[in-house]
Amino acid sequence: MNQLPTEKIFPVHNSIGDLVRHLLPGSAEYVNGFLTIASLLLVVALLPVFLIWLERKVAAHFQARLGPMRVGYHGLLQSTADGLKLIFKEVLVPEGADRFVFFLAPILPASATFLVMTILPFDHHLQVADPAGGVLFALGISGLSILGILLAGWSSNNKYSLLGAMRSGAQMVSFEISLALIMLLIVMVTGTASLREIVLSQQGTILDWWIFKLPFLGFIAFMMYMISSTAELNRAPFDISEAESELTGGFATEYSGISFAMFFFAEFVNMFVSAGLAATFFLGGFLAPQFGIGPIDAAFDFIPGFVWFFCKTFLVIFLYMWFRWTFPRLRIDQLMYLEWKMLLPANLVLLMGAGFFLAMGWTL
Amino acid sequence: MKTRQVGDKESLFHFWGRYLQKVATGLVSLLSGMGVTIRYFVSPDKIITQQYPENRENLQMMARFRGHLAMIHDENNQHRCTGCGICEKACPNGTISVLTAKDLAGRKVLGRYIYRLSQCTLCNLCIESCPFGAISMGRDFELATYDRQQLTFILNKTQGGK
Repeated sequence: MNQLPTEKIFPVHNSIGDLVRHLLPGSAEYVNGFLTIASLLLVVALLPVFLIWLERKVAAHFQARLGPMRVGYHGLLQSTADGLKLIFKEVLVPEGADRFVFFLAPILPASATFLVMTILPFDHHLQVADPAGGVLFALGISGLSILGILLAGWSSNNKYSLLGAMRSGAQMVSFEISLALIMLLIVMVTGTASLREIVLSQQGTILDWWIFKLPFLGFIAFMMYMISSTAELNRAPFDISEAESELTGGFATEYSGISFAMFFFAEFVNMFVSAGLAATFFLGGFLAPQFGIGPIDAAFDFIPGFVWFFCKTFLVIFLYMWFRWTFPRLRIDQLMYLEWKMLLPANLVLLMGAGFFLAMGWTL
Repeated sequence: MKTRQVGDKESLFHFWGRYLQKVATGLVSLLSGMGVTIRYFVSPDKIITQQYPENRENLQMMARFRGHLAMIHDENNQHRCTGCGICEKACPNGTISVLTAKDLAGRKVLGRYIYRLSQCTLCNLCIESCPFGAISMGRDFELATYDRQQLTFILNKTQGGK
């Protein structure tokens, strides 16, 4: 294992923060806080625009189509144009809707994704906060988006919305269990719940990433993480909460304009966050892939960590999109069968196996 | 009242065998599906979308496209229609009128083959019914005009036939 030099690991601050601290020693705390929030907001605002474009292009190429081609180069500005259109559209409130809850509901998933972004380790020195219980924080905050969806379904005064929200609530609560169990497995093998520490526990060659480090079990855990996080994200093949053909859009049926855009954007940022967590847990986060070959390793090490983080995250996002445009939607009973009769027992067995592997010292 | 018949309880061994087999076969079928889609993803030549107004100059419609009905003429401007009128009878909309004439020898030949695009649903029944293969579906698709009169055509270029 080639350990990173200490000055690269600690302390958690980067050149911009240092510069602010140097120039304005008195108010650096506030300026830095403002800068982090502003940069995160920028990321949260720009990511879904790009991800929606990417989703449409990837979907099109999976189906032998071209996708958006007209607005900008290969349709790059298409989702910007769509977003602008949604902002300028009138927000309709259905008759008999609970107005306060109706407008509160889309804010919850959007803010939840924003909050989870704060603990994502983008690079050695690019992480807003590194709480000791980062995994717990991520799990707890993602519950907020379930609340948003349930409130949206309830306040819309529409049976399809309510049905979609109920399905979605049942689905997300169920799959959160297996997601939490897989995260527990990672916490168990790394011995820490801080996301930064989890990444740093994977230093070395790519065989030290948790997907490979636990022989066989790591790969199964990664696959199960992908399945349960796809369900957690309400994406196809588990998109029964929207189920366009059955529920006319599910919980978002009555939403229009900027409220709808917030749900939509939160969905895509959520996908990014989920993929980022997968990269952090299994694919070595911001660490450059090392193959044990001198010159290649040196070259890869030269590329900054956040580039690697984004590469890995977008690889996982591509996997999500690949799933979505290949698999048909499950029925709700099949979905529940998958979680309670297949994934959860398998998860418990996996957890036991990982404990056994650790006790025997069978890690690579 | 008869109680519901329940079969022998499945042994745990069988249950696990079925469970693991289900997982394995399910995984294989999912992976083969993903293989199909990724093949589309990595081969841009399979894309069928046309960038229509941009590639108007060299746009080739598909071989099975049904456009404007056309009569097949050879290089001497001769067609194969005998004026039998089967297509006229096959047409559900009264799109086709086959008007016959007599040639110098007194035989019945095709006079005018009138085709009304405004009534045509491009259903292909006339072509299937033609015993001589005299008509076909064209590849034209920009058929809009400003006047209804321009949608009635006489398809044969010459009177009579072989």
